[in-house]
Amino acid sequence: MRIFDPHIHMTSRTTDDYEAMYAAGVRAVVEPAFWLGQPRTSPASFLDYFDALIGWEPFRAAQYGIAHHCTIALNPKEANDPRCLPVLDELPRYLVKDRVVAVGEIGYDSMTPAEDTAVATQLQLAADHGLPALVHTPHRDKLAGLRRTLDVVRESALPMDRVLIDHLNETTVKEAKDSGCWLGFSVYPDTKMDEERMVAILRAHGTEKVLVNSAADWGRSDPLKTRKVGDLMLAEGFTEDDVDLVLWRNPVAFYGLSGRLDLDVAATDATHEGNSILRGGE
Amino acid sequence: MTHPQDPTGTPAAGTALVPVDELHTVLTAHLPPAARAWLDQALDEAAAHPGIHGPISVWELRLAEAGRRCGAGHADAARVLILHAARADLDALTRVYRQGTADERRAVLHALPHLVPGPDAVPLVEDALRTNDTRLLAAAAGPYAARHLAPHPWRHAVLKCLFTGVPVDSVADLARRSRGDAELARMLGDYAAERTAAGRPVPEDLHRVLTLTGTVPETAPEPETAPHGPVDPHGKES
Ligand SMILES: [Zn+2]
Repeated sequence: MRIFDPHIHMTSRTTDDYEAMYAAGVRAVVEPAFWLGQPRTSPASFLDYFDALIGWEPFRAAQYGIAHHCTIALNPKEANDPRCLPVLDELPRYLVKDRVVAVGEIGYDSMTPAEDTAVATQLQLAADHGLPALVHTPHRDKLAGLRRTLDVVRESALPMDRVLIDHLNETTVKEAKDSGCWLGFSVYPDTKMDEERMVAILRAHGTEKVLVNSAADWGRSDPLKTRKVGDLMLAEGFTEDDVDLVLWRNPVAFYGLSGRLDLDVAATDATHEGNSILRGGE
Repeated sequence: MTHPQDPTGTPAAGTALVPVDELHTVLTAHLPPAARAWLDQALDEAAAHPGIHGPISVWELRLAEAGRRCGAGHADAARVLILHAARADLDALTRVYRQGTADERRAVLHALPHLVPGPDAVPLVEDALRTNDTRLLAAAAGPYAARHLAPHPWRHAVLKCLFTGVPVDSVADLARRSRGDAELARMLGDYAAERTAAGRPVPEDLHRVLTLTGTVPETAPEPETAPHGPVDPHGKES
C-alpha cells in the first residue's frame, strides 16, 4: 500500500514517527503551515518556521525515504493578531519555491473580518502563483463556516477545482462535494473523524476527489491513521485500486496541479550511524 | 512527476570546481529540450538584468524554480550558472542564501569560488557548517572553504563531516590543508579514542585524514581496532 499523507505537521513529530510511517507505506507528505500551539508575536518567527518547511524538514523526511512538500500561508487563528499580519507581505517570495505545492492552510477559525481579509488575500495569492489552495473548515460552527468558505472561494480568482476543503465530516461533505472542490478528511483520535466513519462516508459519497489525512501535529493525533483507513477499506470490501486512488492518486492529482511535486526521494539509510539527525545533540 | 528527470544528473560535487563555461556545456548536453530552452532564457534574462532589483529580481525567480524546470539532478548546476549570469555579488548571494531553500543555499555555496574572490563570504560558509543538513555541510566544505576558512573552523568542518557521515572526499584540498596539522591530528585522535571507549567503530575516513596530517597524535588509534577490543585511550602499543 503506497500512501501520500496530504496534511501532516511533521515539524511536531519525531523520527520514530517517520520510521513507523515509512514502514506503514507512507512515501510522500504535505506539511501545511499552521500555528504552533503557542501564538507567535512577530513575522520573524513565521519566517524561521517557513524556512524550516523548505529547508530542514524535507531533509529530515528524506533521511527516512519520504518525499516532503509544504504549503505556505498565514493561518486563520494568527490572522487575527495585527502583529502577525505583515507576514502576508513576505508570502510571495515563498510561493515561488520548489516543493511549495499550495497556499495553505487558510480558512476560518472564529469567522472574523480579519479572517475574511486573510482568506481573500491568500486565495488571490494562490491564483497569482499558479498554486492550488488548502482551505480548512473551522472546528466550531462548522456548517456555517463551510458555507462562508465556499462563498469566499466562489468570489475569488481561484477555480473551485483548484481548492481542497479539509476537515470535512458527515454534516459538511454533501455541500462541499456539490461545490466541485476536492474533499479532505482528517482522521484524528476522538475528534474530527475516525476510520469507521471515514469508510462509511466513502461508501455513501464515493472515492472521487477524496483525500484522507492524519493531520497529525503536536496534539493527540496518530500519523498512521492513513494506513488504518486503507486497511479498513480493504476489510470492508473496497478494492486495492480504490485504496490507491484515495491514499495516493488523488493527493498526487491535487497537489500535482502546482507542477511542483517531486516524488523521487534519494532515500538514505536512516539507521546509518553517521546520520546527522541521530546525532543532532552532538 | 511533473518535471524532467535525468537519473544521471549533473555531478553536483564538481559544480564548484568545473569552470563555468564547461559546466554550461555539460548541463545543456544533459537537459531535455524544454528545460534547455528555459535555461537559455533564464541565463539571458539574468545577464540582461544583473544584480538585485526590488523585493525579488527576475533571476531570483528563475533560481527558485530551477529544480522543477531542470530536475533535481541538474538544479545545482543550473543555479550556479544563473548566479554567475546575474553577476551576483556578496549582497546578492547573501540575500539568496538567507531567503533560499536548502537547495538554493547549496547552490550559493557551490557558486562562491566562482563569484567571490576574497574571504567576505566566509559567514555564509560558517552558517552552513552550523547546520546538520549533510548536503549543506558537503557543499560548505568545498573549494571556497579550503581557500578562506581559518584553521580552527576548518578543522571543525572536517570533524563535523566525520560526525555526520559526510564523506571526506567532499572536503576540498584536504591533503594540502591537513598536511602537518598537529592540532587536527590531535582532534582526530581524541575522537577516535572516544569512539573506541564507547565500543563503536572508528570511521575509515578518520584514518585517511590522520594519515594525511602526517603526524601521530598521542592518542593515535589503531586502524584495525575491533569495536569491542581492549579500551586504552592512551594506547600506543602495536
Ligand atoms: Zn493542520
